[in-house]
Amino acid sequence: MSKRPFLGWFSLPSVLIAFAIAASFIAIVQYSFRAYVPGSLDPGGFTLDNFTTLWKTVYGQAFLNTVLLCLWTAIFTLLIGYPLAYAMVRAQSVKLRSAILLISLTPLFLGEIVRTYSWIIVLGNRGFVNATLMQMGFIDAPINFMFTMTGVVIALVHFTLPIVVVMLAAALSHIDMNLERAATSLGAGRVRVFASITLPLSIPGIAAATSTAFAWTFSAFATPQMIGGGKVQTISTLVYQVGFASFNFPLAASLSLVGLLFTIAVLAIFNTGIRRLEKFGAHS
Amino acid sequence: MKKSLFDHLLDWSGRVLLTMILGFVLLPFLVVFIASFNDSAILSFPPKNWSLRWYSNAIEYRDFGKGLINSLKVSAIAATFAMIAGSGFAYVLNRYDFSLKSLLNSILMSPLIIPNFTIGLGLLILSTAASLPRTIWLVVAVHVIIVLPFVIRSVYVSLQNFERRYEQAAESLGAAPLRVLLTITLPLLVPGLISGALFAAILSFNEFTASLFVVNQGTQTFPVAMYNYVREYADPTLAAVSVIYVIAVAALLLVVHKFFRLEKVLNVE
Repeated sequence: MSKRPFLGWFSLPSVLIAFAIAASFIAIVQYSFRAYVPGSLDPGGFTLDNFTTLWKTVYGQAFLNTVLLCLWTAIFTLLIGYPLAYAMVRAQSVKLRSAILLISLTPLFLGEIVRTYSWIIVLGNRGFVNATLMQMGFIDAPINFMFTMTGVVIALVHFTLPIVVVMLAAALSHIDMNLERAATSLGAGRVRVFASITLPLSIPGIAAATSTAFAWTFSAFATPQMIGGGKVQTISTLVYQVGFASFNFPLAASLSLVGLLFTIAVLAIFNTGIRRLEKFGAHS
Repeated sequence: MKKSLFDHLLDWSGRVLLTMILGFVLLPFLVVFIASFNDSAILSFPPKNWSLRWYSNAIEYRDFGKGLINSLKVSAIAATFAMIAGSGFAYVLNRYDFSLKSLLNSILMSPLIIPNFTIGLGLLILSTAASLPRTIWLVVAVHVIIVLPFVIRSVYVSLQNFERRYEQAAESLGAAPLRVLLTITLPLLVPGLISGALFAAILSFNEFTASLFVVNQGTQTFPVAMYNYVREYADPTLAAVSVIYVIAVAALLLVVHKFFRLEKVLNVE
């Protein structure tokens, strides 16, 4: 550690990038305390008006929508992702394993636009689901998925699933199989082995996957924008609307800032809860 | 071991569940595949007439071509920058202790938590306040910030699994630090660097939200061009684009899987 021949050279580019990140964060904080001057991109003087504006119902509704979307998406993604990750890790045949791996991970490398557009074709009023159900005579009028929370949640679950599967599969693959074998040899049935060995040991993975699912859903923009169509406003769609419809950068900045503080608070509470849970698990 | 009736039931319900979940993952891609060959501009299932006109429309639409070139440029430059900055920082993080190290680390890692729309808005405000023109370099800067944490992580993991004895052997034989770095450390890190840069390039190519805030008509990336198309036209041209996109990505992943095995790359073995 005494010789440091490359310290300065190697950290220089990343220090510059860190400055850019810090500067843009400071710009957001600064703009959120400045007045909006209609028709100008330059902000006015110091004000707290942006934050009092956020108490209006539109913004409260957007916060509520975002939280609900995060919650429902996390629940359904975990319920669907866990069996998928389990099957991927425990599949006996190499071919089946590769197939599950490729099918569930390919969407991770397709952008939000392709995936959201595909869901519009599936869920639209003349889309695949409604056309099929109507031809089979199950329904007379199309079910509204577009512009509803249900539609946005379906697409968001599909959007979040691959990353959750990756994290759950990583956790499941690091569980010592000998523990399960020992339980089986002592006469435990498969359900009992899963409930008392596999599931508890994968809790750290579930926790990590849940917080990632939350961050992804919170950050999602194209899905609520295109499927919500302005009827399901979230923080991200509102920031874009405020920023680009009226070029009210100060209000967009304060909305982003509050959203960011909210994310950090949720993740911090979540992590503390998990650490408590782990400590509790370690003691018992 | 003889399986009981209950075990068989469990096996079968597991298979049914797995098929349903895989069906849910594949459904939108199958549907978009069918829709892309629909002759009519209005969606209908099943399509009454088939045609390839949306494919030729997609290839001829000029914004897609320009967007594709912009995206290839941006992702290549951003991945290169991120690899240089990220591997340098990962090395420093792994080998040295210095003041402000943890602060620097948390700033560089913060884009994992900060939503992309906030990063885009921040850079937009910053460039407006500094009256910088909205060139392609602004898009590159946003992408470098977003993909950098992934590169740092991937190189840092390779450095942690690194066999230090090779370096020590070279040092004890009298090699200067620069020579050790260039002839021992760097060559051994190449696989980690390549997979990190590849991952960064794919992430950058797909990035949409933050880009939307900082692009203009001339610098719009491929995902932004696709988004703008959906807002203006209702025809299935984008279905054709999506099919090409999905096939290209799946083919790329198959190749990666053949050579590297995805289980290993994603650490799910």
